[in-house]
Amino acid sequence: MAKVWAICKRELAGYFSTPIAYVFIIIFLFLSGIFAFYLGDFFGRGQADLVTFFSFHPWLYLFLIPALTMRLWAEERRGGTIELLLTLPITMTEAVIGKFLATWIFTGITLALTFPMWLTVNYLGEPDNGVIVASYIGSFLMAGAFIAIGSCISALTRNQVIAFVISLVVCLVFVLSGFPLVLDFFAGWTPEVIVQAISSFSFLTHFDGISKGVIDLRDIVYFLTLIAFWLYANAILIELKKADL
Amino acid sequence: MMALVEIENLTKKFHDLTAVNNISFAVERGEVLGFLGPNGAGKSTSMKMITGFLAPDSGTVVVGGDDVIDNPVSAKYRIGYLPEGAPLYSDMTPLQLLQFVGNVRGVTNLDERIREVVDKINLESVMEQSIGTLSKGFKRRVGIAQAILHDPEVLVLDEPTDGLDPNQKHEVRTLINAMAQDKAIILSTHILEEVDAVCTRAIIIARGEIVADGSPVDLERRSPRHNAVVLVVRGAPQAQVTDSLNGLDMSGSLQSREVDGGLTEYTIFPVDGKSIVADVGRLVRERGWAVERLEVDRGGLDEVFRAITSPTN
Repeated sequence: MAKVWAICKRELAGYFSTPIAYVFIIIFLFLSGIFAFYLGDFFGRGQADLVTFFSFHPWLYLFLIPALTMRLWAEERRGGTIELLLTLPITMTEAVIGKFLATWIFTGITLALTFPMWLTVNYLGEPDNGVIVASYIGSFLMAGAFIAIGSCISALTRNQVIAFVISLVVCLVFVLSGFPLVLDFFAGWTPEVIVQAISSFSFLTHFDGISKGVIDLRDIVYFLTLIAFWLYANAILIELKKADL
Repeated sequence: MMALVEIENLTKKFHDLTAVNNISFAVERGEVLGFLGPNGAGKSTSMKMITGFLAPDSGTVVVGGDDVIDNPVSAKYRIGYLPEGAPLYSDMTPLQLLQFVGNVRGVTNLDERIREVVDKINLESVMEQSIGTLSKGFKRRVGIAQAILHDPEVLVLDEPTDGLDPNQKHEVRTLINAMAQDKAIILSTHILEEVDAVCTRAIIIARGEIVADGSPVDLERRSPRHNAVVLVVRGAPQAQVTDSLNGLDMSGSLQSREVDGGLTEYTIFPVDGKSIVADVGRLVRERGWAVERLEVDRGGLDEVFRAITSPTN
């Protein structure tokens, strides 16, 4: 555990040693605010809740999280430091989890910094704070799934731009698979079971559930399973690809 | 008693290319093993397998009783490794990097240990600069510092003096010599003088196979020039000298050439690299030649290296 923490700490410090951290935090706060207030018509709705704020999180994560994860392994491979890292007395699991946790904690910090939204809505009215807490938990779990996908794909290549683009596309698939447009496309010619299955793979389906204030064990299990699966794939990919320069 | 590092039948293929082909050797505590070979011979690949970075296709590496494949974490605790090109996290400072490596390796008294190592390697002046801004020489030294931080039993250094200036090279070699006694050190290089300077044993590897294994002196012995005697004589008639030298028991062949000012240089190659300087000396005294210069050639490692690694061989 001390080793995982050492790796996590190094990675986290890495975010803050470059402008990445600050750019990410500012853009996230700015966009989440803009989306909630303008696109989501926060005031016009006259409701004391953060539904509009949270509803844009999947779309923000879609673009911003691949930017955080693209460097995780691609940079190690490009700089050759992967050789330094993986000849330290650690297991592959420790390395993968350490890096994943760093990005997850960083995203958690960013998410926590959106607290003025919470204060605002509490100032303006009497929202159901239970729902808001649930939504934060849901958003955080969903971010974890995005990060696990991004981390895994970052292990595929030495090129960060490629890692960014592929991560974005894969994440898009996971977001869109719950979108009516996509489901309608399949609904016409595939059995109901498959449409259900596709929908059940979507971040949106599970995130919507939690952000309504219903913390269903299945939604939590869904995100945690997804994280575990992608991190497992991540470890295998590094094992396979680390020899390729 | 097992050697500290035991390598058996190690093989690694990349697609169709056999990078390392069935190599075996052992390194004892106190040995400094020089790994020589042309670029692409398989030196780095071998080192990557010894340190557990790459899994071999077949064969075993056992370090201090721990198999690197079956028991990688325990084996890696015993090893300090400087990878080829000394890759380091360029956004960290040397201090941060050493703290990170020390934490992962569970080094006790880390601060004290960092001070010791930094002192030994002369890094104080750059400890707070980011590694990306350091000169090549400092980067290499930071790489060496992280490799020896936990005082490992086994040290694997891939081209430790590459890119250093002559003074820095000398420092690194002094450091290696100082540590050699209680460690097994494997270092790769293509600087042959380095082998003479630090190694107790050298392995030459070419096309993935070991082509020579012995002490630097053993390897020099393979040179046709080993123990050849160069004799520069003033005045004496060339034919007479040549005859006398050819008369020696041990002398194989003889070369002579005129040098300016009535000097003639003779090079006497011995049979089987035996020492003939005493015989030549005796002959010189008997004949009373005016000798300007008399020296024994040890035979260059680079000649041996070229002879056994060139593809035409």
